[in-house]
Amino acid sequence: MIKQLTSSERQGAAVLLGLLAAIGVLMAALGRTGPFGIHGLIVILFALALLFPVLSTFYEPEPDPERLTYYYDDPIKAGIVLTMAWAVFGMFMGVWVAAQLAWPNLAFDAAWSTFGRLRPTHTTGVIFGFGGNALISTSLYVVQRTSRARLAGQLSPWFVLMGYNLFCILAVTGYFMGVTQSKEYAEPEWYADLWLVIVWVSYFILYIRTLARRKEPHIYVANWYYMAFILVVAVLHIVNNIAVPISWGSAKSYTVWAGVQDAMVQWWYGHNAVAFFLTSGFLGMLYYFLPVRAQRPIFSYRLSILSFWGITFFYMWVGSHHLHYTALPHWVQNLGMTFSVMLLVPSWASAGNALLTLNGAWHRVRDDATLRFMMVAAVFYGLSTFEGSFLAIRPVNALSHYTDWTVAHVHAGVLGWVALITFGSIYTLVPSLWKRERMYSPVLVEVHFWLAIAGTLVYVFAMWNSGIIQGLMWRTYTADGTLAYSFVDSLVAMYPYYIARTFGGFLFLLGTLVGCYNIWMTVRAAPATAGRRLDVPEPDGAGMAPSPAE
Amino acid sequence: MAELFHRKIERTAIGFVLAIIAAASVGGIVEIAPLFTIHQTVEDAPDMRLYTPLELAGRDIYVREGCYACHSQMIRTLRDEVERYGPYSLAVESKYDHPMLWGSKRTGPDLARVGDKYSDLWQVAHLTNPRSVVPESNMPSYAFLARTPLQTDDLRLRLAAQRDVGVPYTDDMIRNAAQDAYGQATPDSDYASGVTQRYGEATQVRAFDGVTTELTEMDALVAYLQILGRLTDAAYKHTAAPQKPPEPVK
Repeated sequence: MIKQLTSSERQGAAVLLGLLAAIGVLMAALGRTGPFGIHGLIVILFALALLFPVLSTFYEPEPDPERLTYYYDDPIKAGIVLTMAWAVFGMFMGVWVAAQLAWPNLAFDAAWSTFGRLRPTHTTGVIFGFGGNALISTSLYVVQRTSRARLAGQLSPWFVLMGYNLFCILAVTGYFMGVTQSKEYAEPEWYADLWLVIVWVSYFILYIRTLARRKEPHIYVANWYYMAFILVVAVLHIVNNIAVPISWGSAKSYTVWAGVQDAMVQWWYGHNAVAFFLTSGFLGMLYYFLPVRAQRPIFSYRLSILSFWGITFFYMWVGSHHLHYTALPHWVQNLGMTFSVMLLVPSWASAGNALLTLNGAWHRVRDDATLRFMMVAAVFYGLSTFEGSFLAIRPVNALSHYTDWTVAHVHAGVLGWVALITFGSIYTLVPSLWKRERMYSPVLVEVHFWLAIAGTLVYVFAMWNSGIIQGLMWRTYTADGTLAYSFVDSLVAMYPYYIARTFGGFLFLLGTLVGCYNIWMTVRAAPATAGRRLDVPEPDGAGMAPSPAE
Repeated sequence: MAELFHRKIERTAIGFVLAIIAAASVGGIVEIAPLFTIHQTVEDAPDMRLYTPLELAGRDIYVREGCYACHSQMIRTLRDEVERYGPYSLAVESKYDHPMLWGSKRTGPDLARVGDKYSDLWQVAHLTNPRSVVPESNMPSYAFLARTPLQTDDLRLRLAAQRDVGVPYTDDMIRNAAQDAYGQATPDSDYASGVTQRYGEATQVRAFDGVTTELTEMDALVAYLQILGRLTDAAYKHTAAPQKPPEPVK
């Protein structure tokens, strides 16, 4: 995996890991037996685990300079493996917490396994573990291919990938111990947040330096989205997580924001985590892998521009639709609602652009489950952005908010759109990375596809039903003008749907496991591609071709 | 023309980066900055009081256990919510909340005004085994809270950090944080009088978990739950709420 590192890069890696271990020792010393101290121990173990392969190849000879005429894909391979590992973990936790809502004794009377502590392990596991690793891996793959240039440096991609996974590990292990800021989708505490800032800045520098090496004059549209993802997530993360720790040896901190301002900052962050993590980044994926797999160019350049800037501008306004009818001033609610409705235009421009790209390739959609993953993802993207705009309308939100309808909406987006586009991309990526003719078993890709679709539909329909029923029960009045149902009545009505959603989630998890097996067997046993040298960067000094527009 | 301009922008990475930052900044600035400058955003409530150290510890347990994942603390301006839960929530009621716990999902009911609604005994029984008092409930059991002694040695640090982010705790309050936490749950001790002296006569001083011999996390969490919605009566005075503030439970 790291055999391409030069000896000076190996030294750099050893120094970095030594520093990391030292930070871990410091944390363990300051935090002692508290969660902060345990996290120190985890940091030490993480550093030592990575130090082992670095030191065991420390005195190897310098790598072959020939490597520089290829793309640098080693960290991307590791990233794909990590993506699938986090997918299994995060989705398993999802099935478990879903089951807990139907059968509460599945917490086994322990503290670490209660719903409140497990729920963020699911959300972080799938959004940041699965989604984040998928975004980092594919972005590093795409930026090289679309720039026809090798990654800028061999150490920094490893730093970004491993540093990011350390963040995810600190986050998830923290939740089990009750370490959380309580900010939804930004639960990790101050030290994990600071670490992520360092990692993220390195990611941005790596990305922009690789773009600077590009042999194409124009930056391809997929990279616009990946850049928006990297930049805006940094801004959101920093602003939302400003906090004062109670001491340097404690995991606990208090956010500087309070009350109504905190609510607005949190949902400005929260909804734009959806926008720039779960939408922009994955649109970057779509704009590269869908045309590649369909062997068709993107339908419209103008639509790409329209939807990109529409999404980048409009999305930042819509967070306040999470706070309709609350103590947030009315004018902010109005702005959030208005922009949410307008957002439908760039969203559907993207979804339409993707689907129209498939014109002329629909026979491939029929025959190729990988491309079908991406096609259905684009459809779900269109559906869930429509649903999002609809739910942001204040009177609709009166019914849907606080109910499972929101959960249905989120999962239509993350299962139907985010996960499906990721699997489609991974099935395209894996044979290319490991130089295989194709996936080990196209039949298993087909099986995964149908399990994922069935799981998504069962899940979403169950939650639509439960959410709308619950919302209606809460506001039903008897003939004499009193509330018809107690809260517990509405809870009792939920149980059949909680069981159904657990089953839907289980099907989805099963599909992911099939995918893992297929990827594993592809790496091990699929026929290798004949020794063609097609997927390589332009040599340096080849010069940029003049743009046709000039 | 527009397309030509874009063709230029997409040839420079730095230009593109700046354009993204510019486009993405507007929404947040327009919606967030005025919330700090427009005075009406947060109402005035002179009777608003602070969380005692015990209540703050309970709040931190509420955060630690992720209670906010299933319980909101934000009653919306809708008829059925006001009739079910009480007067709709005002911004001032969470003005000292770092972080706010408005929540986004009601797998269980809203808790914004749960204070003084049930007895301590009910709260303890419910937290220990929710199904012993609500057979249909799917809430986890929190029996371990009653077995876990409350950590009080870092309460000073917690209050001090709260002051750093803007909550007006006095030096006196910070210095006596640990004693006040103990005193609030141990009414017969010498420390009990200091709590009402520092935090007001209305402060509830009693053995919240029913046991006076030990200060547990159960004491803290119940103390916090019993103060929810009771920091100020502003919502009862300034909204057309049909209800009166609840009588304090004993």
